[in-house]
Amino acid sequence: MCLGIPAKIVAIEDGNLGKADYLGTRVKVNLSLLDEVKVGDWVIIHAGFAISRLDEAEAQETLSLLREIAAANKDEYSS
Amino acid sequence: MEEFRQEEITSALIRLIRKKKEALGRPVRLMEVCGTHTMTVYRYGLKPLLEEAGVDLLAGPGCPVCITPDDYHEIIIDLLTKRPKTIVATFGDMTRVPTAKGSLQTAVPAPFSRLKIIYSPVEALDLAQENPDCEVIFFGAGFETTIPSIAFTVKEARARGLKNFSLLAACWLIPPPLRAILESGEVAIDGFLYPGHVSTIIGSKPYRFIAEEFKIPGAITGFEPNDVLLGINSVLDQMLEVRPEVAIEYRRVVSASGNPRALALMAEVFEVKDAFWRGLGLIPQSGLGLKKEYHEFDTLKRFSLQLSPSEKSFNPGCRCGLVLRGLLRPPECPLFGRLCRPESPYGPCMVSYEGACLIHFKYGQKWS
Amino acid sequence: MELTRKNLISLELGSGGQLMRDFISRHIVPNFDNSILRELLDASHLPGGLAFTTDSYVVDPIFFPGGDIGSLSVNGTVNDLVVSGARPEFISLALIIEEGLAWDDLERILASISRAAAEAGVHIVTGDTKVVRRGQADKIYINTSGVGRIIARPNLEAVVPGDNLIVTGPVGEHSLAILIARGDFGFEASVKSDCAPLTFLLPLWQREVRWMRDITRGGLATILCELAEKLPYSILIEEKKIPLSPPVQAVSEFLGIDPLYLACEGRAAILAPASRSEEILAYLQAHPLGREAAIIGQIEDRIGRAGELLLRTKTGGLRLLEPLTTELLPRIC
Repeated sequence: MCLGIPAKIVAIEDGNLGKADYLGTRVKVNLSLLDEVKVGDWVIIHAGFAISRLDEAEAQETLSLLREIAAANKDEYSS
Repeated sequence: MEEFRQEEITSALIRLIRKKKEALGRPVRLMEVCGTHTMTVYRYGLKPLLEEAGVDLLAGPGCPVCITPDDYHEIIIDLLTKRPKTIVATFGDMTRVPTAKGSLQTAVPAPFSRLKIIYSPVEALDLAQENPDCEVIFFGAGFETTIPSIAFTVKEARARGLKNFSLLAACWLIPPPLRAILESGEVAIDGFLYPGHVSTIIGSKPYRFIAEEFKIPGAITGFEPNDVLLGINSVLDQMLEVRPEVAIEYRRVVSASGNPRALALMAEVFEVKDAFWRGLGLIPQSGLGLKKEYHEFDTLKRFSLQLSPSEKSFNPGCRCGLVLRGLLRPPECPLFGRLCRPESPYGPCMVSYEGACLIHFKYGQKWS
Repeated sequence: MELTRKNLISLELGSGGQLMRDFISRHIVPNFDNSILRELLDASHLPGGLAFTTDSYVVDPIFFPGGDIGSLSVNGTVNDLVVSGARPEFISLALIIEEGLAWDDLERILASISRAAAEAGVHIVTGDTKVVRRGQADKIYINTSGVGRIIARPNLEAVVPGDNLIVTGPVGEHSLAILIARGDFGFEASVKSDCAPLTFLLPLWQREVRWMRDITRGGLATILCELAEKLPYSILIEEKKIPLSPPVQAVSEFLGIDPLYLACEGRAAILAPASRSEEILAYLQAHPLGREAAIIGQIEDRIGRAGELLLRTKTGGLRLLEPLTTELLPRIC
């Protein structure tokens, strides 16, 4: 129900249409559900629509959290 | 961003989960509402790891194909097989649900009619424009993740002045069945993993009643394996600190207020109504219908049809309803793997790519 | 699953999935029963040392990146002969053309057939042309039959645990090229159909290859399931070893489909003894059409049950793979 793919906006066309890039493949995306999308923004695409932006700062924070957890919970039997 | 899938991090998160479960001193049962979460949990091998760590995950009603009652499908099958020059457009899984009239997939269309599988609702508008002598019927199923795009499509149909497009809406809201499940008291749930992408639209407020009225913790969770484990960790923290809330563990994409633009679009085109869910029965204020101003695009109005939903499945003995309520695990269903298999599904849980039974069948079986 | 609804044939019958398999076993074989047909090889072995096959091509669109209905009609039939142990020699070409097809399009297709035949080393020696009214066919349908000389027979009796499965290149590119050429879903990717002749595999029959199959409708998983069903062993393949190009990966994830079920038109799966695998791999990788060949798994007798196809996932889990049941569908929700 929630299949959404993170992709980067590489082009904005007239109206509310754009193109996003995912692993080198481009897909048409409708931007009507978001405000002021710019080329370079990362979005979540679901059924051909961008439903949300991907906040890079938050992403980085989550990544740091994950790395911290990994460091703090190492397997006692590994180095 | 591969940390979201990195095995080392997965192991660390599992260890953390085990410590917390031990601190709690009892096994933990969580409901993951969304079929996509079920998929992540099975596909990345998290299910056995979590079971070992003492966390039991139950699948919930978050599969729109699974909960759409048969009569919706039967209406569409009738339109496709009896009406010439009719194009039925829908998302893939919907076409394989078995009903008393067969499935859309194996239905033989009337002359000059056809079934078209689409990925985005707006494709149905292009179909209508390219085929002016055909009626295009969009069988649009989904939860709040998809509903805004369906709402946009109806508005756009008006903007383009389309006279040959209509929508049979199978649009469902996620929070109401959760209330129904909790109010029924049928299954004991310690916490919820809330669907990450539904939540990008609705935000966190609609789930608050679960924390405030029922005092049950929950976390809005993403879909990479380590996202799921972060969500579980958050729920366990809430349990340990007796602090039930709606935590957002998918902050890179979800904000507490959701997507106001999408919500406004939904409210403009749809109104909330009581709806019948397969297996769960009538749930108040849980479905959407087109507002009066948009009735010209309503398939039921256009073809003078009526829904007559009932809970019964045309296949006696089908227990999908129990699976969707968290009362039965797929392998516990007596039909699972025997009469009900992917190539001969008895019910929609074995059809949908988000169905708990199909997922368990594909990913959850054990081999010696 | 019933074959028809109210005694009418549904589109699903032609999809190459379970319905079609049931159709063949319940209606075709019993109606025409003979020992040659019963073998159900891709190309039948006739007494006298010849192999014979036929295929019809109704692909839409007729032109796509990397090929067209013409090259497809030659390579598809050539490949059925190659994987059945025969050197393709002669092809028949039957055209059913819809009135109104552009002459330029037909010329283009004929030129493509000519090039494909030359590349595969076969001759078109007989044929037929029909034209039907506008609307009674979709642009052009082609049937090709092929005759070749048998140089080997697949030998499933010699299969032992440890035998290796090799694929000759990345899977799913043909399906993806068609999807993109149809303009469905709004994808753009620089992917070309893998449509190609597999004649370069013929020498491998001399290197103790047990079995070969071209990976067409139903994809890699389906053809390996069909192989497993014939063996007293199970087959185990490794997800991380299966070659996949980035565009196929991306679109599969977008649409929620499994690339193991996507069709190719110029890739084969080969079953060979372990002792020969490295040498076969080297041979393949030295050929332009086999550069990304890889060993993806082996015959097993300690995991799973006889007749099963198992996948070891990237996270180390095991998954039972079933043959394609119905046409692949994109999911969203």
